[in-house]
Amino acid sequence: MRYETVIGLEVHVELATKSKIFCSCSAHSYGAEPNTHVCPACSGMPGMLPVVNKRVVDYGMKAGLMLNCDINRITTFDKKSYYYPDLPAAYQTTQWFAPVAVNGLVEIETSKGKKGVRIKQIHMEEDAGKLVHDIREDTTHVDFNRTSVPLIEIVSQPDLSSAEEVEAYLERLKNLLRFARVAECEMAHGTMRCDVNLSVRPEGSDKLGVRTEMKNMNSVEAIKRAIEYETARHIDALENHTEILVQETRRWDDIKGKSYAMRSKETAGDYRYFPDPNVMPVQIDDEWFESIKSSLPEFPEVKQKKYEEALGLSSYDAEQITRSIALCECFEAAYAVTGNAKDAANWMISEVMSILNARQMTYDQLTLDGRALGELIKLVSDGTVGRANGKKILAAMFDDTAISPKIYAETNGMIVSNDTGLIEKTVKAAIAEAPKAVEDYKNGKEKALMAIYGKCMKELRGNCDPQVLKTILIDMINQM
Amino acid sequence: MSFYNAKAENVSSPSVILDDMILTKDMPTTAGSRMLDSYMSLFDAEAVSKLRAAGYAIAGKAAVGEFAFDLIGESAYGGALVRDGKLVSAACEILLSGEADAAVTLDVNGSVRRASAQSGLVSLKPTYGTVSRFGTVPVACSGECVSVVAETADKCAEIFSVIVGHDAKDGTSLSASQCQAALARASAPKKVCVIEDFLQEVDADVKDKIDAACAAFEKAGATVEKISVPTLLAARAAWNILFSAELCNNVSRYDGVKYGYRAESFSGIDELYTNSRTEAFGKLLKTAIIYGSETLSTENYMKVYDKALRTRRVIAEKFAELFAEYDAVLLPAVSKMAYTEEMVAEKHDLCYVENLYTAPASVTGLPSVVCGGVALIGPALSDGKLLSYAKIVTGEEN
Repeated sequence: MRYETVIGLEVHVELATKSKIFCSCSAHSYGAEPNTHVCPACSGMPGMLPVVNKRVVDYGMKAGLMLNCDINRITTFDKKSYYYPDLPAAYQTTQWFAPVAVNGLVEIETSKGKKGVRIKQIHMEEDAGKLVHDIREDTTHVDFNRTSVPLIEIVSQPDLSSAEEVEAYLERLKNLLRFARVAECEMAHGTMRCDVNLSVRPEGSDKLGVRTEMKNMNSVEAIKRAIEYETARHIDALENHTEILVQETRRWDDIKGKSYAMRSKETAGDYRYFPDPNVMPVQIDDEWFESIKSSLPEFPEVKQKKYEEALGLSSYDAEQITRSIALCECFEAAYAVTGNAKDAANWMISEVMSILNARQMTYDQLTLDGRALGELIKLVSDGTVGRANGKKILAAMFDDTAISPKIYAETNGMIVSNDTGLIEKTVKAAIAEAPKAVEDYKNGKEKALMAIYGKCMKELRGNCDPQVLKTILIDMINQM
Repeated sequence: MSFYNAKAENVSSPSVILDDMILTKDMPTTAGSRMLDSYMSLFDAEAVSKLRAAGYAIAGKAAVGEFAFDLIGESAYGGALVRDGKLVSAACEILLSGEADAAVTLDVNGSVRRASAQSGLVSLKPTYGTVSRFGTVPVACSGECVSVVAETADKCAEIFSVIVGHDAKDGTSLSASQCQAALARASAPKKVCVIEDFLQEVDADVKDKIDAACAAFEKAGATVEKISVPTLLAARAAWNILFSAELCNNVSRYDGVKYGYRAESFSGIDELYTNSRTEAFGKLLKTAIIYGSETLSTENYMKVYDKALRTRRVIAEKFAELFAEYDAVLLPAVSKMAYTEEMVAEKHDLCYVENLYTAPASVTGLPSVVCGGVALIGPALSDGKLLSYAKIVTGEEN
């Protein structure tokens, strides 16, 4: 019998707000010393009351709109109770009854073509802390830095059917959420986490099989491996009756390449959800809603199409730039200054993106002022600054975003000189110092010329039109 | 037997005694529980900050029942307080002895109101949201209020005017203008009603207090009507469900992991939780936890909890109807003028029964003033007016 896999995902994404969801502690503690981003509120001490960080609701709405959801204009917070040492108040404040966004749709593309994945809901909630097991002392420590960091949980309908689709879906979520600047979505940093609900059924059947939920996959590759393993396990159980499938939560062990049962439906705790009386329902009025809606960027594919059709970029260039909203904004601002899209795109791809790569920065971390980049491009293209110096100025602009390329070029002696007297004097001195190279050149070794050329360019600090230098150099040697 | 869980030295006047549900950074806050024995808060409650800023000395921390939701304080880790054979409240005893000018307490389930009724003191459970709950040990967050007790209505009004106000640290805090409105005083009420349904099970001496209050209002020119509003009796069932559920959730944080009591012997995390809570929590608290846990279960949520939420709304609507006609509603605050140890020995969760009289104001968040042994309930933000009416009942000079 042929089988098909039915997959629904629960994706947790850490929102990139400055502070935590209910207190003013910094939400960014990745790599920080344990328990240094903690206050009485997020460590569950009595007497502190939650005050909703409005920015979290902003970001929750943005995420919802990016995923084509309906926004609940009255959204509420609820308490979910369970005991675990990383949960200091023994309850998590989440959204159970009226989540911020519902009924969305995300389009993905795989080798089989395009497909829509329905989003059931997006809810906002607080993260838990982290347990650190100390093997030497045989003890466990709790780090509350991450408690109350805002998360959204994106719950899909069971519309996915393969590891490939899951990968495309996650990639799409990441792209859209990063585009709206609401999240980093980096699985390696734990800012995107994914639980997989999976069942298997005979192909064409409309009845769902027994579903298991898998946790603890730390990369897209691990998710793919887990899906393949779990699918095979389900089919094996159905075909060969090796085991009876039960609805349960399973833990993925990526080293062993196997999933293990954690808890079954019967033994699962009752979370005893109820509305949090300390958090008033959040009412999203038209003004708030519209301000969020109008703050959202165009979708990446809309921009890509525009870049190709209206600006004449190649589809490769357009795709490269639309990988990040920061690149798009920088490019668009540079283009607005120069009026030459192709040129601006070249600078983005061959210079800006390679500096980001060399500095191991993500594209979203780009802070370069696109208008300043535009000015730099103009200086280079009209010959005011040499290309090599242009790159140096760009590197300086990465270090200090306040730099004006023109002023920087002037104060650092990077303006191309049209003083042929100076060029001739420099060339003359260089020729005099390199009789061997001159002779080699005269004997037909074209390459020998480049050594003298390079020396002159260096002497002139790059401030010379390459063509002018070359012409003068050849003329002077020929005249000897 | 001590009325104090912590006592300040060289207390100057004016002074305020806090009950041990109000967090202070210079004195321990135990919430009457072995679990929080010697717990030190990192911060003062908002009400405490305001009192200190206004020049009031904090006289100490009065003993309370475990998490302050019991009848009158009998469930305290340190034991029940008894005077002349009757159960008494530490905060009220300290006031009666003259060791403080007023008490600021957390009214979770009416114990403060019952105690002030039985001690002949005046207390104000303000409109929900007028006094910040920041820095109070959370138990029943949807209804509990920072309250004031004193010998006179005017003293209550004075302390209330200090602690009232919007607080951005409390998401349920009302606006500054609403808080201000709660301070407005009044002369006599025009029309007051007594809800007869609440007089069925009260002792004769309680009825006498009701009659005396009615007579005082009539003498002051008010019309007093006795009416039946049986719907209001449902407030108790609704409140018991809601407060137990919230309590169960709020005390879950005391698990022996981070602070508070931790059992000496355990193996593994589950036993750490179980042993710590088993050893540190008293019988009434455990009972309430079980009630709360049950009502919030997936099986019971819609059948029980959701219904209680709806009932809360119905009660609020009923009160709104009454306040279209009456300035204040008059109720008993207690069924009897004294409780004994035998009563709670026989029924340890008597607070779930006797709160019949306090639940209407708890569940709706309406202000309630206890004076002359009876309770007045008024519309939201009528706190100052109720205190003015109280003076008619107590015969306090203007």
